[in-house]
Amino acid sequence: MPYIEVKGKKLELDEDGFLQDWQQWDEDVARALAADDRFTGAKVELTDEHWEIIRFLRNYFEKYGVAPPIRQLVKEVKKALGPEKGNLQYLYKLFPQGPAKDACRIAGLPKPTGCV
Amino acid sequence: MSETPLVDELEKGPWPSFVKEIKKTAEMMEKAKAEGKDVKLPETAMGVLKQLERSYEDKVTHWKHGGIVSVFGYGGGVIGRYSDLGDEIPEVHHFHTMRINMPAGWFYSTKALRGICDVWEKWGSGLTNFHGSTGDIIFLGTRTEYLQPCFDDLAHLEIPFDLGGSGSALRTPSACMGPALCEWACYDTLDICYRITHEFQDELHRPMWPYKFKFKFSGCPNDCVAAKLRADCSIVGTWRDEIKIDQEAVKEYAKWMDIENEVVKLCPTGAISWDGNELKIDNKNCVRCMHCINKMPKALRPGDERGATILIGAKAPMVDGAVASWVIIPFVPADEIFDTLTDLAEKIWEWWDENGKYRERVAELIWRLGMREFLKAVELEADVRMVKAPRNNPFMFFDKEELKPSKYVEELEKRGLR
Repeated sequence: MPYIEVKGKKLELDEDGFLQDWQQWDEDVARALAADDRFTGAKVELTDEHWEIIRFLRNYFEKYGVAPPIRQLVKEVKKALGPEKGNLQYLYKLFPQGPAKDACRIAGLPKPTGCV
Repeated sequence: MSETPLVDELEKGPWPSFVKEIKKTAEMMEKAKAEGKDVKLPETAMGVLKQLERSYEDKVTHWKHGGIVSVFGYGGGVIGRYSDLGDEIPEVHHFHTMRINMPAGWFYSTKALRGICDVWEKWGSGLTNFHGSTGDIIFLGTRTEYLQPCFDDLAHLEIPFDLGGSGSALRTPSACMGPALCEWACYDTLDICYRITHEFQDELHRPMWPYKFKFKFSGCPNDCVAAKLRADCSIVGTWRDEIKIDQEAVKEYAKWMDIENEVVKLCPTGAISWDGNELKIDNKNCVRCMHCINKMPKALRPGDERGATILIGAKAPMVDGAVASWVIIPFVPADEIFDTLTDLAEKIWEWWDENGKYRERVAELIWRLGMREFLKAVELEADVRMVKAPRNNPFMFFDKEELKPSKYVEELEKRGLR
């Protein structure tokens, strides 16, 4: 399995680049995951807008133990950050490979399950 | 000795063999490599057979469950697949599937096909599936790092192609060949399928629903794409006026066909009569089953006032078992189908999205909350043609007696053609 090195520690990833242990996550890990282009072909430059979504995902996961359904994510973002940010296009602009592959991965959530 | 003796057994016998086909692709890919072409995965096709051999020995699949891979701006269209034998058979360690949106009605020029195949020979295993059960072109087996360049090359072909749908999204809309090949088409299935695909690009590529949603377009009640058994929203061509009868042509059929037994008695509502001279149809009682028209295509035709019936909720057996779709709009004139459908789809999705549980298809939600709630949400009036429950057994059973070969088959046998 692949690894990512953050502050001298080797953290285990799965083959899609998701952190194996969500508790190992912190903001430095997020920056390292965003800069890791082995799984998506491009780095994500984290701005304040990215952090808003990442923190939302993180909080939701810690509270409920699962990643939010995408519709819920869109709705909550709309409520918290306003309608211009509460839509799918906005999320894809920030995280070009989508909420699952980019946003959840960088937020250190376990890989969303299910066969697509 | 062969590396894959167990798998090779499947090449024996007179029937088609996927092993033969995969070996053909493997040879083709090796040859391309030997000719100096830029092929990235010349050994992956053969790798599949090596892994299958191992599966037959170990009696267990070596494909791992799931994987999340994608291309820029898309949340679906690529299905991640990995092998747990990555160290031993590195050729298939990554074996992702790409779904490619097929043209409506599956028409290609050879140029379009060559373009697709060249791209896949370069970036993938060379293995394809024309077509998957969703209707898409399926590219089988590539690595994560080749997904984006493969997608980019497809988009830049002279006849370009896009990804299809996967996951909890609108799946690639699919249509029968419609008026391009078939005289029974009651609306232009190809045109509507194409326009719906363009109208709902966001829903197709960026999954956000409880589960999948499918549109399928059939031009007439023969329903060649099986829309009413497979699509969450089935659009099936029909006509509102009367079946057109050419009595002279009926008499021609009467010369060799047993009209009484093969047509009249098989009409499900007993709406046809034949006195040896004139065929009469009680159109008010016709249920548009198409049997008589199929039997006597030169004598009978659908009427002139053509359009479609819109149905909701078919799906294959998953959580709640198979179910056919319900009629929700009995008749829409052909030129109003597109607008009716776009308006209706938004309302259906809003309701389903708001109320549906994770992985609940729209039909299952209708079962759970009731057709009345659904109709209220999509602002449709109840109609006597909406049955209480649609058919939920996709199988038809026949007695041996009923399966006697038809006259047509007898004729073929007589001529030695069968």
